[in-house]
Order: sequence, then C-alpha cells, then structure tokens
Amino acid sequence: MDTDTIKIVRMLAENVDFFYGSTHALKNINLNIFKNKVTAIIGPSGCGKSTFIRLLNRMNDLIPRSRLAGNIMLDGENINEPNTDVVDIRRRVGMVFQKPNPFPKSIFQNVSYGMEVNGIRDKNVITEKVIESLKKAALWNEVMNRLDESALCLSGGQQQRLCIARCLAVEPEVLLFDEPCASLDPVSTKKIEELILGLKKEYTIVIVTHNMQQAGRVSDYTAFMYLGELIEFGHTEKLFTVPKDKRTEDYITGKFG
Amino acid sequence: MKEKIYRWFFSVLAFSSLVFLAGIIFVLFKEGLPIFREVSFFNFVFGSSWYPTYSPPEFGILPLILASGLVTAGAMVVCVPLGVGSALFIHELSSERTRSILKPMIELLSGVPSILFGFFGIVVIAPFIQTTLNLPTGLCGFTASLVLGIMAIPTVCSISEDALGYVPKSFREASLALGANRWQTLTRVVLPAAGSGISTSIILGMSRIVGETMTVLMVSGGAAVIPTSFFIPIRPMTSTIAAEMGESAMGSSHYHALFAIGLVLFLITLALNIAAELISRKYRMKLGLAQ
Ligand SMILES: Nc1ncnc2c1ncn2[C@@H]1O[C@H](COP(=O)(O)OP(=O)(O)OP(=O)(O)O)[C@@H](O)[C@H]1O
Ligand SMILES: [Mg+2]
Repeated sequence: MDTDTIKIVRMLAENVDFFYGSTHALKNINLNIFKNKVTAIIGPSGCGKSTFIRLLNRMNDLIPRSRLAGNIMLDGENINEPNTDVVDIRRRVGMVFQKPNPFPKSIFQNVSYGMEVNGIRDKNVITEKVIESLKKAALWNEVMNRLDESALCLSGGQQQRLCIARCLAVEPEVLLFDEPCASLDPVSTKKIEELILGLKKEYTIVIVTHNMQQAGRVSDYTAFMYLGELIEFGHTEKLFTVPKDKRTEDYITGKFG
Repeated sequence: MKEKIYRWFFSVLAFSSLVFLAGIIFVLFKEGLPIFREVSFFNFVFGSSWYPTYSPPEFGILPLILASGLVTAGAMVVCVPLGVGSALFIHELSSERTRSILKPMIELLSGVPSILFGFFGIVVIAPFIQTTLNLPTGLCGFTASLVLGIMAIPTVCSISEDALGYVPKSFREASLALGANRWQTLTRVVLPAAGSGISTSIILGMSRIVGETMTVLMVSGGAAVIPTSFFIPIRPMTSTIAAEMGESAMGSSHYHALFAIGLVLFLITLALNIAAELISRKYRMKLGLAQ
C-alpha cells in the first residue's frame, strides 16, 4: 500500500448538496480527493455517484432546473465561482463516460479535437501529442496503421481507450471515470484497469464503479454512497475489511444493492 | 382465421398507396408519352419556345424548366438559412418554454394552405417589390422565390431540428468535457453529426418548392419565356400545367404535352426524394443508429 506521507488534497467537496428540481440527489457530501491517488466511488444504483462525479467538472451545469449548494474546490479554488472559466475547469478535469462515446470522426481527429478547440494550431505538436496520448492509453499498437479510419469501427474496449486518449491529450490534472467498464468485456476491462493503475503516477483519478472487486483492485481510497449521502470514506483496504458503518458492511458483503 | 382477415385487411391498406402511386405513374406515361410522336424527347426538354396553341405548335419546355430551376434556387436561398437557422436557435439557444411555443408555431406555418401564401404574395410582397425596385410588375421570379422560400421554412426547420435532436447527447457532453465551448461543440460536433439530416431537410424542402403549384401560379407572373432575369414574369412547370390544363382539348397534343411536363416534374421530385432517403440512411449508419 502507498505511504501516507505525501497526501495532497487536489479536489475537495465541502457541504455539497445537489437538487434536480425537487429531487434532493446529494446530501451534505464532504470528501477529499488526494493527488496521485485513485478514489473509487461505490454504492447502489441511483445513490448519486454519477451526479457527484459530474459536479467535479461542472457537467451538471447543462441540466436545467438543477441547483448546487456547498463548495467544490480544485487546488484550493472554488470551481463554481462566477468568474471561473468553466472551459478551463473542464480542460483540467477530464472525464470518461460510461458508454464509449467517440465522435463520428477519424481516430486521429478524435484525439486531436481537444487540442484544436483549445487553440493549438501547430500540426507537429498535435501529431506528437496524439501519438503520445494513444500510447499512454495503450491503444497505439492497435491503431497506428489506421489513424484515418472512423473511430466507430473500433471495438467497444478500443473505443473506450480512445476516449481515454482523447482526454489525456488535453493534459488534464484530474481524470474522472464514470463506470468506464460497464459496457465492456472482461479482457477490455482488465486493460482499462491496468491503464488506470499506470495513469495514477501522473494524474489524480476518480472512478465510479458498480464492481467492488474493481474498486478493490484499482483504488487507494473508496467512498461508499447510499441514498445521496456519503456513508463512509477511507482507505480502500480498510473500508473493505473493517467497514465502520453497518450499511457499508451490508453493501460490500452483498446483502443489498 | 380472424387473424388472417386482419392481416389481409391491413396489407390491403398498406399496399393501397402503392397502387395509387402506380396508377399515377401509369397515367403520366400513358398520357404523356404520345407527345413524343410529334416532338423528340430532346427537343421537348431543350426546346426554347413554348407555343402549344400556335399552328404549328411548339413544345419546348426549357423556359419552364429554367423558370422552375430559378425559382427553386431563389427559394432555397431564403429557406435554407432561415430554416436551418431557426432550427439551431430552437435547439441550442431557446429555453424549453420558448421551444414548446416556437416549434408548433413553425409547424403550423406548414399547414397554411398554399393559396393563402399566394394571397400574401400578391397583396403584400409583389407591390412592395414593385415599388422598391421600380419594376413594371411585382409578379416575377424574385417574388415567387421569396414566397416559396417562406413556405418551405417549416419543412426545413422542423426536419433539421429533428436531426439535431437525434445527435446523441453523449457527443455534446464529450465535446464540452474536453474543454470545447458551446459554439465549438455546435460547429465541430453537433452540426457535422446532424449534417446529413440537415441535407435531407433541405432536399425535402426543395422538392416541396419544385412541386408547389398554386402559389407560383399566383405570383410568378406567367410568361413562358427563357428567364433572363430574376425580375421578369416567368412560368414554372407546375403553374403551366395548372393554367393550361383547362383550356387544352382532351387528347390533343397540347394535352399530352402537359402530361409530359408532369412526367418530367415527377422524375425530378422522385430523384430528390431518393437522394434524401439515401442521405438519411447513410447518416443513420454513421451515427450507429441502424445496421
Ligand atoms: N437529469 C436528471 N434529472 C432528474 N433526476 C435525475 C437526473 N439524473 C439523475 N437523477 C436522479 O438523481 C438520483 C441520483 O442519480 P445518479 O445518476 O447520480 O445515480 P448513480 O449512483 O450514478 O446510479 P447508477 O449506478 O445507476 O448510474 C437518482 O434518483 C436519479 O433518478
Ligand atoms: Mg451513474
């Protein structure tokens, strides 16, 4: 297990409440996300995992009639201040979605897109970064000869790694994964998990998962959510072996959920 | 047994429209083809004078085809930017409330009988054009284009808006999550993904314009000459048929010639509809919506 000596808080949720209209989806969440660690969020369906992770890069801004209370900090800055640049936040906090969602463009264009919209014009820089990102996402060997083919021709697992590469290309500091393996086969899942373990050296990672073995395999910290509340947060090993809360214990032993 | 009857009944219903279509095609060919005993297909389509009642008559429909083409092109210039633009506005910028008012209103516009557009053209647009541009008459290709363009806006807008709606939300989210702003997301991801759907809307709008009869008859001025300008009276194919059908003797060459115009018109709209279908199929495949 990692030493606890360097424990820098990269992101922080402070008294966070979130409403969809009148649905109270998150209730007073307080959570630290440590730098260069993998934090897993587990909990039964509908408990608010996606809602929470989407708050970390302000994706919920898109939802009409939603409301947020409390603070979400990135490197000590409140990301919801009126004068924060949401585009900048989303560039620094990348997101990979549950269902692979490559653009109907070529493999190359999928990865270069983020750089282009962020104003990088230099072709050489872009090409280099595309290659580097594909390598980091462990996809390079499979696509190096067909970068101009449509991304939709790739398998589901490859598409998901392409989405990861696309995300890495804009050099985020934090990576959010919302059930990245939910629609993948075991082999692809294993690849993505290995990838996440490799990426944590450089990035801070948050992963939502339904799969407790997966949380155990990839994460350093685990948060257990239930009905919109954060029930328990701690070292993954401790949370899985000696849970403090009865509900956590019931969930990880499979009594519900 | 009962099941069988039901099936049979609904099959008949389903196929009846096919039967009508076949009937229309049959009539067009039967009544249209005899004209080609008098004039070759080439001279019919590319002949530059249409004097069906002279003796000897001349059956060259090039002026009519060009008039249709001109009016259609002009109408496209009106309906594409306005139709696609309003679709974008409805889809991207307006709140749910505005959308719930705006979209039905635009669709209502498509339900307005075309003769009313004709009135509007005659009473409002034509005099306006005549006085502002100082023309001998306001009933000309330009006016027809304007009125037809307005008529086709609902078709273009409503189908484009549907196409924008079919673009999976996940594309938009992925783009925004990569730090693209709304405008970039719209132009680089949403519009290309909806592109074929939007082209379909444009083609269908176009086939509505090409086939429109009543309005053009009322506002285009009606002179069967090669249109050398946008601002002179012209006579597109549809209004020629509508205007002359009553005065042509059944079974005469004139009568057959009018059917042959109908045939040409039918082939043009058929081609447009096939193009629209092919494009939209390709589009569904591109987005992975169909196998
Ligand atoms: N766009 C929305 N509008 C209204 N309510 C929503 C919306 N999205 C989610 N909710 C509600 O908020 C609650 C939390 O949903 P959320 O998607 O965060 O759960 P989850 O933990 O990610 O579930 P799952 O494991 O099934 O993905 C649920 O009750 C859900 O019905
Ligand atoms: Mg979820």
